Amino acid sequence: MSVLLAETPALPLHTAGKYVAGAYIVVFAIVLIYVAIMAIRLGRIEGELGELLALTEEDQLVGRDAGDPGDGGGHPRRDAGDSRRAAADPRHDPGETQEPPHAARESAPA
Amino acid sequence: MYGRGLRALSISTVVAVVAALTLVFFYAPLEAEQGFLQKIFYLHVPLAIIALCGFVAGGLFAIAHLRTRDPRWDMRSYVVIHMSLIFAVATLITGSIWAKGSWGHWWVWSEPTLVSFLIVFLLYATYQPLRFSIEDPERQARYASVFAITAGAFVPANFIAVRLASEFLHPRVLGSTSNLPGPMALAFLASLVAWALLFVTLCRYELAAKHTRFQLRALRRRLAGEQARPARRRRSAAPEPATGAATLGARVAGRGAST
Repeated sequence: MSVLLAETPALPLHTAGKYVAGAYIVVFAIVLIYVAIMAIRLGRIEGELGELLALTEEDQLVGRDAGDPGDGGGHPRRDAGDSRRAAADPRHDPGETQEPPHAARESAPA
Repeated sequence: MYGRGLRALSISTVVAVVAALTLVFFYAPLEAEQGFLQKIFYLHVPLAIIALCGFVAGGLFAIAHLRTRDPRWDMRSYVVIHMSLIFAVATLITGSIWAKGSWGHWWVWSEPTLVSFLIVFLLYATYQPLRFSIEDPERQARYASVFAITAGAFVPANFIAVRLASEFLHPRVLGSTSNLPGPMALAFLASLVAWALLFVTLCRYELAAKHTRFQLRALRRRLAGEQARPARRRRSAAPEPATGAATLGARVAGRGAST
């Protein structure tokens, strides 16, 4: 490191220094703000995912507590749970890993 | 799908940016006329080139969208233009700072390169208001693509017009790296690669975020739909308790609508 510093020219922090520092700081600040916005978005997505998970877990608990009275249609809640799990699994429907046009259209301009 | 390889790309970007900054500040010699102030060149010029290329790429993606009607191309076009706008803002700010240090003015209206870049920036600044003023998603994507193609064609035309202009106060850079001494050219190319990688990485992050949000919405819709279907069947046979699957479907749908 000392060899590198000895080889390198000294950074002249006089008049030009503040302009150069300003330019680089501005760009890094822009990138930083962008990354912060991305982090906030990620947090929001995480929150939504947690909300969905909480709802499905809550539903499963309610189903268990109610003792599944049965309505002649087999086990609708269990069926629903299975389909929910299948929906959460992208391997369930290979087409779903590709964006279906109607849904992608919704997401594109957001 | 969009998140694949993001970690490697991010690491490469960080390494490239650090390497480029090291080359710029510790390897490239000081320029004879401008001295240390010329270091802004290694930031300002790559940002401008990448922003302009991004605008053109947005137009090319828009062509792909109109040809295939695949909304993914529209999303790519939107993200690339969005990112180019951010880079264009950075270009304008760093250019102004450089102009102040070099010419003593923040902005020179008689300089065609500056004004033409501002015109391109303002043109693209209308892209998002135009896009979001249309409610129908299909029309929105189509109109935005037409705009992106037209404006994307304007970018090289504008660039050529400026080069043909008589006043050349602004230094010519593109295509003239052979005029730079070896270490300066290397630092410049390293900076160009580093900032281009940053551009691609940020675009990929944005696309991944949008895709994830889409998948979440699809999951919400599917949950709501699959819960609603058995609920309807049951309602026809016997009254359903207030708790359970039907309620979940309604709640999911309700919350989905509210977000």
